Amino acid sequence: MKKYIKNFEVKANLHLNELYSVLKLTPVDGLMPDMYPGQFVQVLIENSGHTYLRRPISINFLDKEKNELWLLVRGAGEGTKSLLRIDVGSILNLVLPLGKGFSLKSERALLVGGGVGVAPLLLLGKTLNEHGTDVSFLLGARSGADLLLVDEFAKYGTVFLSTEDGSIGEEGLVTCNSAMQSDFDIIQCCGPLPMMKAVAKIARRRGIECEVSLENMMACGLGACLCCVEDTVSDGNVCVCKEGPVFNINELKWQI
Amino acid sequence: MADLKVKIGSLELKNPVLTASGTFGYGEEYADFIDLSQLGGFIVKGTTLHHREGNPYPRMVETPSGMLNAVGLQNHGVDYFINTIYPRIKDIDTQIIVNVSGSSIPDYVAVCEKLMPLEKINAVEINISCPNVKQGGMAFGTTCMGAESVVNAVRKAYSKTLIVKLSPNVTNIADIARAVEATGADAVSLVNTFLGMAINTETRKPYLSTITGGLSGACIRPIAVRMVWQVANVVKIPVVGLGGIMNGRDAIEFMLAGATAIQVGTANFIDPAITIKIIEYIENYMNRHNVTDIKELIGGVL
Repeated sequence: MKKYIKNFEVKANLHLNELYSVLKLTPVDGLMPDMYPGQFVQVLIENSGHTYLRRPISINFLDKEKNELWLLVRGAGEGTKSLLRIDVGSILNLVLPLGKGFSLKSERALLVGGGVGVAPLLLLGKTLNEHGTDVSFLLGARSGADLLLVDEFAKYGTVFLSTEDGSIGEEGLVTCNSAMQSDFDIIQCCGPLPMMKAVAKIARRRGIECEVSLENMMACGLGACLCCVEDTVSDGNVCVCKEGPVFNINELKWQI
Repeated sequence: MADLKVKIGSLELKNPVLTASGTFGYGEEYADFIDLSQLGGFIVKGTTLHHREGNPYPRMVETPSGMLNAVGLQNHGVDYFINTIYPRIKDIDTQIIVNVSGSSIPDYVAVCEKLMPLEKINAVEINISCPNVKQGGMAFGTTCMGAESVVNAVRKAYSKTLIVKLSPNVTNIADIARAVEATGADAVSLVNTFLGMAINTETRKPYLSTITGGLSGACIRPIAVRMVWQVANVVKIPVVGLGGIMNGRDAIEFMLAGATAIQVGTANFIDPAITIKIIEYIENYMNRHNVTDIKELIGGVL
């Protein structure tokens, strides 16, 4: 899959709350590269003093009608916080599309997301839905105010919610949600590492296929620097940026 | 038309822009972004006699204007390079240099002997400066005697161009450079990364699994320029300069300090097409300064 270095214009910067924005971007040359759910982009951060490397960010959504690429950004550090403040009309330089995405063949899929990890599940859910998959989303957050893009998810499948304070949906972690007990061909998960491991553990116990999307610290995003490695069953240390970020849990050496 | 050709030992480069080992994979990773044949050459990932898994994750952390890495020479070994990678890249019309590392002198020699017959590999870069491996690596590059012992053994086994990559983690890099020149190196490249460390103050743990790692990026550039200048003043063999080159201006700076060629490293991560922009900048610079032969710039600091 060909990769590009491309300038995008910021068409919208929707502040979901203090920590999160959805940036809607359109290619300056009008040509949107092909990309798959679960792939990511590397964003050049230009107006942030100490940010040196690009920031890897999941592809949240592709709006084909408007020719827009959406990025869900969490202001984690100086670099990503500068993205939350970016003005409409600004230009962002992206390297994309990077990595390998989620598998797209299933009849009943449960997509589990927590925090900013919900990001790739929107395009994944839409794509699966178009392929005829029965899609369910299970989204978790600390409280109702931290749940992101719920209305968007609802367009492509059934949405189950978990909040730690019980303000919306079921109280507790996603792993306690009753949706986890239903039957699925596959569980596809992105979120904090402890959450992904807990979900993977349930999937393994129940004999359900499971894919997780890792976010190891990376530099190049191209498989060149070998910094973001994850230990795998078949190939030892592999680059998350190139062989991932999505892995079948059977490939990982997680103790679950 | 500006003449950008330079020579490193018997190796002819169409221009002085190379890529630094460990930052450019095997070239293929960048083929979507640039025409690799426009480069003076590229230096492939550090290659050892046997497969190495490298260090545990986490291996990198961003630092002000730079990054620390602790990859630890992860590679599939020289046979895999020869059988699997070389056939894929050998027809790229540029110089391909293999960076060679080892934990013992016989390892270095064995790798170089295996590379010797490869028609399209006309130079090796001997890495005696990796800060991220427990045995060998930098241990050889921090004393004159250690450096001489590796170069002496490899020189006997390898008759093509031999470049020795020096560690900056020494008291006097010029002494090491003189020692490897006297032992038969055709060129020196400098600098490898600086040994550094960063601590997460919330968890009180080091960011890297290996505690310390190699610092690269723009933050090291002035030290690297100084070292290139010091070495170029005392050796007759060509000096290949690297360390925080982010753009064409920086490349010119290294050449003025005495570098015959330069390597682009960490900058490839930020702009995968930066090498081509650097070559274009050098051409424009030469036209602007009425320089017809790039060799006029080498050591041209006033």
